[in-house]
Amino acid sequence: MSLWFDTARSHRITSLPGHLRRRAPLLIDVLPENDLVRHHVNLSRKNLCVDSSFYPLGSCTMKYSSKAGEAAAAERGFFQAHPWQPDTEVQGVLAVLAELQADLAALTGMDAVCLYPAAGAHGELCALKAARQYFRLKKDTGRLEVLVPENAHGTNPASASMAGLRVVVVKMNSAGRVDLPDLRAKLSNRTAVLMLTNPNTLGLFETDIESIAREVHAAGGLLYYDGANLNAILGRVRPGDMGFDMVHVNLHKTFSIPHGAGGPGAGPIGVKAHLAPCLPGPYLTKSMFGHVWTPAGTESIGRFHSAYGNFLNLMKAWVYLRLLGDDGARRVSLAAVLNANYLQEKIKQILPVPYGAGRCMHEFVASAQTIKENFGVSAMDIAKRILDEGIYAPTVYFPLLVREALMIEPTETERRETLDHFVALMKLIVEEAAAHPDRLHDAPVRQPVRRVDEVRAARHPILK
Amino acid sequence: MSIPEDLKYTKDHEWVRLNGKTGLIGITKFAVDQLGDIVHADLPSPGRSVKQHDPIASIESVKAVSDVFCPVSGKVVRVNLNLAPSPETVNLDPYGDGWMVEVELSNSSEIASLMSAADYQQFTAGHK
Ligand SMILES: Cc1ncc(COP(=O)(O)O)c(C=O)c1O
Repeated sequence: MSLWFDTARSHRITSLPGHLRRRAPLLIDVLPENDLVRHHVNLSRKNLCVDSSFYPLGSCTMKYSSKAGEAAAAERGFFQAHPWQPDTEVQGVLAVLAELQADLAALTGMDAVCLYPAAGAHGELCALKAARQYFRLKKDTGRLEVLVPENAHGTNPASASMAGLRVVVVKMNSAGRVDLPDLRAKLSNRTAVLMLTNPNTLGLFETDIESIAREVHAAGGLLYYDGANLNAILGRVRPGDMGFDMVHVNLHKTFSIPHGAGGPGAGPIGVKAHLAPCLPGPYLTKSMFGHVWTPAGTESIGRFHSAYGNFLNLMKAWVYLRLLGDDGARRVSLAAVLNANYLQEKIKQILPVPYGAGRCMHEFVASAQTIKENFGVSAMDIAKRILDEGIYAPTVYFPLLVREALMIEPTETERRETLDHFVALMKLIVEEAAAHPDRLHDAPVRQPVRRVDEVRAARHPILK
Repeated sequence: MSIPEDLKYTKDHEWVRLNGKTGLIGITKFAVDQLGDIVHADLPSPGRSVKQHDPIASIESVKAVSDVFCPVSGKVVRVNLNLAPSPETVNLDPYGDGWMVEVELSNSSEIASLMSAADYQQFTAGHK
């Protein structure tokens, strides 16, 4: 690490003006190394994470994040690049960004990609603003409604509201897919966008997607693909080919970058050509001098992030795609879907899977409803009990269509032995729910904290 | 689960207690059990007019944020101010102190489209 990061030394650098120098070094720089290492190791031991255990948190695609990405992001040339360095000095950085843009466009079937958004939700907001701008430029300003299926992730309606649009909820049918007649009834000349994730949040592929796309386009609306579930279809079918006009991809899901710890995520968006001029700028273009930043035109919605976006995270996704290659990308979706179906068949023998009659895609949703009725043990109790075994829990109470939902997503990076271990554990816990329900009510007992009082935290938040 | 006889119900699990020209509105015990602990209720300002089945309020539980749809058209005349400091009242007494808004009805014939207690009982029994 450079001298400039070491405050034990840098506070004495006399060539820096006095007001830019620290009066004293940071405590962290004068502690002995062993104390510092122990502090951080002990902190990390309080955490359950993909580096320590299986993490079947549905909808979040908690695949293992390979360390190759970290190694590349720690290279000085990338790590110490300054956001405002002249373009000519950071050609390597810009080449990574340009290649990632091209890769994401190819994988999603879009014409233009914008790397700025810092998360999926940020991407949703960015794309909806771009869609609003698109209609504004067409002088079609009456389109202020965003259609969202009732099992959508909460960020979809939230982003629509943040973009100043009105949310209209579309029903799901008994097969767990978008109800076409209800969609038809809600489409009109007020429709701006239909937001959809495919496979949907029940882990089911929306087989009517082509009819859905046709109807939305016929009504003059746009289709938005929530890329949170892209892992299921990577390299096999593209949102652009299904008829979507816009998409976000969560690099911290399908593209394996860390969900936390390594800093914020990244949620690039892609759009078809008709929406490209509305994207935030500046744009990365190629000139005779190499890659350069070019200001956006007047149709753009403006800036959405400082500098290059979350560059080091974008970098890790670029490394991941280089490691996979085209073939590897296709194997990701194959193994993700295979693992989920293997687990679904096993878990079905332990807990009901209400929409599990057929094959799932990369995840499925089990229900603890009968266990709750019979033994008073809820999905939350089961989740907390799983934590005690040193494994992270499935997503609970989402999607709302399934009561006492446990949403399970193994991802492609787990071995069969790991899945079998999880199944054995679930079997044990469900048996325990009948025999010793209090063990579940009391859980967790072997974690650094017991039950946190979520209700009191939400009712009386202490924000400072 | 006992369902009060004197109320009218919707498929979205709201109830309305009629009192002459106005109706008191809340959510059912069934809805409350589904939602879990309620942590916040976002209520409209008095004076707002609503159409039948339009969202009138939203309630937040530890699991989700849900819309409350108005069982009848009309104008909001009163809201339950007690829910801001004590949202748990909805959990404790959904058919009583946990009411949300009072609406002055603009079309009393809409009442006929709502469910009786017996119908609602049957509706929730088949609703898993
Ligand atoms: C289906 C779905 N959509 C959108 C999002 C939002 O993405 P982010 O958390 O990156 O903002 C998520 C995140 O969990 C999701 O699961």
